[in-house]
Amino acid sequence: MSFYRYLAEGLFFGFIVCIFAGAFISLRARQLMNSVLGLAISLLGVAGLFYHLGSPFLALMELLINIGVVCVVIAFGIMVGPKPDQAAEKRPPPKRNRMLAAGACLAASALLLWTVLNTPWNPAIARIGDFTIRHLGESLLHQFCLPFELISILLLVAIIGALIIARIGRYGARE
Amino acid sequence: MMPSDQLATYLLLGLFLLIFGIYGMIRHRTFVGMLISGEFILNGAALNFMAFNRFVAPDPAVGQIFTLIVMGIGAAEAAMIVSLILMVFHKYRVIDPDKVRDLKG
Repeated sequence: MSFYRYLAEGLFFGFIVCIFAGAFISLRARQLMNSVLGLAISLLGVAGLFYHLGSPFLALMELLINIGVVCVVIAFGIMVGPKPDQAAEKRPPPKRNRMLAAGACLAASALLLWTVLNTPWNPAIARIGDFTIRHLGESLLHQFCLPFELISILLLVAIIGALIIARIGRYGARE
Repeated sequence: MMPSDQLATYLLLGLFLLIFGIYGMIRHRTFVGMLISGEFILNGAALNFMAFNRFVAPDPAVGQIFTLIVMGIGAAEAAMIVSLILMVFHKYRVIDPDKVRDLKG
């Protein structure tokens, strides 16, 4: 195996460490801003895995949309919104919540783990197209034109709705 | 065969993100913390789509387009929820989910 292959594997494990570290930072953080930072680190790892899965375009989109937009929006929400109530985050969760969370997670993970390990995942017999951006763009504008347009409309509606809701919250509804 | 060439590795990572998101969603005490956990769940789903796209699907464009849609929905969701949090804060002066209970039956 060549040197570059080992390098790629090393990077792969680095990205996995990023995901785990970010997730634990996000869960254990005392301040919400650190929690967002953990989310960003974790998403960086996910972007690296997208690159390993053969799609550099999606890796860049992950960086651009999820880290560049979502994390910044959440950070804005923390900064513009309430400061004093961060005390709520510092208060330890009630025991019932913790037990409920652990039970739900254990049950779901056992079920999904069993499914992942016991299902024969057969690869496709033949492949249509390849991983290039050209093929992706052509499918997006031919075969998947409707979902593409729907997601544009969803984003437009969400932005206008968010603006209106935030305005009502600040000035009150005009009769 | 290296771990980066196996489907199970990616599925287990997606499972970790999902489980972590569910745990955080129940454990966090603020709306923003719940929103952050929701992003983890969405990214677990996106990672699953990409993994199946790489190893199982016949057309490699389908999974990528699904992942793009998941990202778009995630961005729209984050914008909506942040504006809702701001409105709740201006109306109730708290962001503690336990205290916003007007609709509780």
